[in-house]
Parts: sequence; C-alpha cells; structure tokens
Amino acid sequence: MISLTQNEIRIGLFAAAVVAAAAMLPLVDQGFYLSLAVNIMLYAALCTAWSLFSGPTHLVSLATAAFYGLGTYAVGLWIDNLPYPLLVLLGGLGAAALAGIVGAATLRISGVYFVIFTLGLAELVRQLVSWSQAKYSTRMGLYVFTDIREMHIFWMLLALTVVVFLTGWLINRSRLGFAMEIIGNDETVARHSGIDTARAKIILFMISGAFIGIAGAIMAPRYSYIEPPSAFNPMISFLVVIMALLGGTKRLWGPLVGVIPFTILMDLVSARFPHHTYIVMGIAFLAIVYLLPDGVTGRLEQLRSWLRTRYGKRETAIEEKHA
Amino acid sequence: MSAPALTVNAARKQFGGLIAVNDVDFEVREGELLGLIGPNGSGKTTMLNLISGALKPTAGEIRLGSERISGKSPHEIAQKGVARTFQLVRVLPSLDAEHNVMAGAVFGHNRLWGKEARELARELLARVGLEKRGHMPVAAMTYIDQKRIELARALASNPKLLLLDEWLAGLNPSELQIGIALIDELGKEGRTIIMVEHVMDAIRALCDRCVVMNTGRKIAEGGVSEVLSDAEVMRAYLGDDDDA
Repeated sequence: MISLTQNEIRIGLFAAAVVAAAAMLPLVDQGFYLSLAVNIMLYAALCTAWSLFSGPTHLVSLATAAFYGLGTYAVGLWIDNLPYPLLVLLGGLGAAALAGIVGAATLRISGVYFVIFTLGLAELVRQLVSWSQAKYSTRMGLYVFTDIREMHIFWMLLALTVVVFLTGWLINRSRLGFAMEIIGNDETVARHSGIDTARAKIILFMISGAFIGIAGAIMAPRYSYIEPPSAFNPMISFLVVIMALLGGTKRLWGPLVGVIPFTILMDLVSARFPHHTYIVMGIAFLAIVYLLPDGVTGRLEQLRSWLRTRYGKRETAIEEKHA
Repeated sequence: MSAPALTVNAARKQFGGLIAVNDVDFEVREGELLGLIGPNGSGKTTMLNLISGALKPTAGEIRLGSERISGKSPHEIAQKGVARTFQLVRVLPSLDAEHNVMAGAVFGHNRLWGKEARELARELLARVGLEKRGHMPVAAMTYIDQKRIELARALASNPKLLLLDEWLAGLNPSELQIGIALIDELGKEGRTIIMVEHVMDAIRALCDRCVVMNTGRKIAEGGVSEVLSDAEVMRAYLGDDDDA
C-alpha cells in the first residue's frame, strides 16, 4: 500500500520532468556532451547504488569494481550466445550472489577491516579472471560487438538510475529502511530490539551490488574490448567512494550532488592534464575528510538547521514580548 | 500450575579462567517483579546478558515460558518477548523520540508497522512522562529523559519479560521517586520484570522477591527483607567481621 504526501507528489513530478529532459539529450548532441553525460549517468547510478548500503551502515565498500567487472564480463563472455537483456540481468544476479557471499563472510568485521577486505576481494576477483583467461583461453580480452550505441547506453543508464532511486525510496519507507537506520545508530540496540542485523545488511549489500553489476553490463558494449584491468579497475571503486561522500550519503539524492561536478572536473582534468588525475582525487579526498565529513548535502542541512534555530529563537522572543 | 515466565537452570558463563556466572538457578513467575542484586562484579549484568542473548551461556539452560531461549541470538530472543534497557543508556541519537520508541514496536515481540506503531509509541511516551515531546531529538534530552525513552522502547515491544539493568542508577533523589513510581505502576499492571539494581530503597519498595549474587554464585533468594538480613548477604556487601 503506497500513500503519497503532497510533497512527495511534487518531488516525483519534478524528478519526472528532470528525467524527461535528460532523456532528450541524445537528440541534441551525439558527441562530446553525450559522452560526458554517459559518464555522469554511470556514476550517478553507481554512487546512489553504493550509498544504499554504505550510507546507513557507514561501512565503506571498495568492492564496487568487483561487482561492476562481473557485470561487464557476463556480457563479454556470452554476448554471441545469449540475448543482451538477459545478460544484463545475469550480470546483476551474479553481482548480487557475490555480494551475498562477501556479506556472509564479513559479518563480523567492521570499520577499516571491512574496507580492506572489500579492496582485497575486488583484486582477488580480477586476478582470478586473469588467471582463468590465461589458462582456458588464448586471448587476454573479450570482444563485444553489438548494435548498441552511445545513446542507447545513456538511456539504459538513465533508466537504471531511476530504478535505483525508486528502490532507495521504497527501502526508506519499509521495515528494512527503518532497520538500517537503527543499525546505523547503534547495532546493539538494533539486535536487542529484534532486528536480524546480519540479514538486513546482507540483503542491502546484495541489492546495492546487483545494481552495480547491472551498470557494468550496460557499459560493456561501450568498451568493445574487455580485459580484466579495465573491467575490474580499482579506480572505479575509489571514484565511487569519493563522489558519494562528496555529495553526502544521508539523503538519497546526496551522491548526485557530488557526481555531477566531480565527473565534469575529472573530465576536464584528464583531457588537459592526463597525468594528474590522481592529484585531483587525492585533493578531493582530503577535502572531504577535513572539510565535508557529511558531504555537501550534510553542510547544507547544517546550515538550514542553524538558520532555523536562529529564526526560531527570534520567533519565541517575539512571542515572549507579546505575552 | 503453568510454567514460570522464566526459568534459569544451572546457567554458567566462563570467560577463560573467570567464571562470571556459576551454575545459577532461579525462576521468575508470571507478573512478578524480581530484584537481582549483589555487589559490583558479582555477575548480575552478565546474567542479564545471558537472558537477553548478548552472551551465550557456556552451560545450562534458560527458558522463556516453556521455550528454550539460551543459545539463540539477541534478535530472536527479543522477538520471542524479552526486552531490555542498558546499564549505560543507549538511545538512537539521529532519530527523534517517537522513532526511538517505534524501534521496539516494529521489530520486537509486537511487530507493528505504520500508524499502529506510531500510535503505540505516542501512547508510551505519554506513559513515561514525555508527552508531546515525540519530535524532540533525543540527543538533546536529559539523562532521565533518555532513560525514559529506553524504557518506552522496551515496553513498545509488549514484552513477556522486561529486563531493567540499573535503570534507576544516576538519577537524583526527586527523579528517583518518579522512576520508582513508574516501575511500580508497571509491576501493578502485571508486567514480569527482572531489575538489576543497587538502589536498595527501590528494591525494598518494588520487588516481590530477590535473588542475590556474589562472585558469580547465587547466595540467597526469597522475600526482600528476609534476604537482606541474611548473614551471607551482609557478608557479601559489608565483608567479614575479621576484615573490619
């Protein structure tokens, strides 16, 4: 049963208008701007999906590249045998399965141990794929030839982002969302209130992983030649963390605030100073840690509540004067 | 006669060489308010942790009604009807008062959702004396108000057994009177409660019976005044004559 408040309807209509406008983009430009928009859309989907899990749990996952690469490889391996939509689905399911296994294995580790574990996992998956390709196949990479063009990829990513947002919104209204909020506050209280914290976390990690896998599968035709270092590129994991944290993970739309400017910035930097992208990433990371621990949206909300208390105080002062 | 609300049968908890709870037996009857007392480090909180599932017993058995709960995880035990408060108060700082209480209603023994959970939360906030403060952030509340939130959260699950771990500790004298009155009301309502407490006045005023622990063992059990005048209990609290 879904009942909407007026405010939600207003936001929904606004979002629909934005999505419709964005969908028009390929009709206007097929070159540079579309290519940039694909990158923005990709990271919008990845960062929002990442935040579904890492936002409420505060567990920083660096396994993004593993899920993403799995999706890409699902397409690369079977594109000649199976229909593409099925492969996209398979990529999602494969990533969800991997997330389930990782989740079950990492239940008892938290904080920095979880970060290192997920980073190691992504690397392990990459090495396994390289190894099995060297052993069972004669070539290092896979060719993906399809009729899918840049604009189709853009539309698919846009649709995926919409689905991720809708899923996030539904989760937030559900028992699972409430459970995650409690877990994020105090896991001991969560457990003693009757929440199966392990199950809730694994389910969420699987949902998040599935979306990332689907994003990888959607992107596969763009690469046309897939090999482990590009499909399982750890840069993807780091960029997702930086952009999501830059935007802030407390609100569903928070990561988006980080993704749009950062993708544009990275594009400018990599075009003009191709060897200095790591410096930008490093500076961004420092800036987040020191200046924006809750992201841009966190700062905005701080500002808003500060304004409200100031305004509120003045109001009560006036009331007192009248009384 | 029906089964007791809680049966603790030779419960033992060992941490390496330390036996924190040493083959303790006791029962709590339906609707009883049982005090669990003893000097610091006697194993009271460990006993509560065994019941709520925070720790698993090394040996022995704990039953809620006729169902074995020892060895189960905390969330299963909570769903079966055991709710608790914590020695050091634990609220959910990013949520408002109402949502703090709803946590118990939604996921505990009650398993309500939506409007019903919200209404129950409001009702219980009023019950513990926090009426109309449902939307206040709990981080800004005073210590006793946070304790009230915790109690309301535990009650929201409509527990068969309520565990209060030094719920009255750290309150000033007037707050203490309010706290005692609140627990007294719950007892009269027929709630089954185990309270770990150092405030003896509260134990005397509230409890039907009490169990006394010392260095992991149960050293006495029975009516409050008779237990408190027991020689071994006096020795546990005050030391031997020789020591003096």
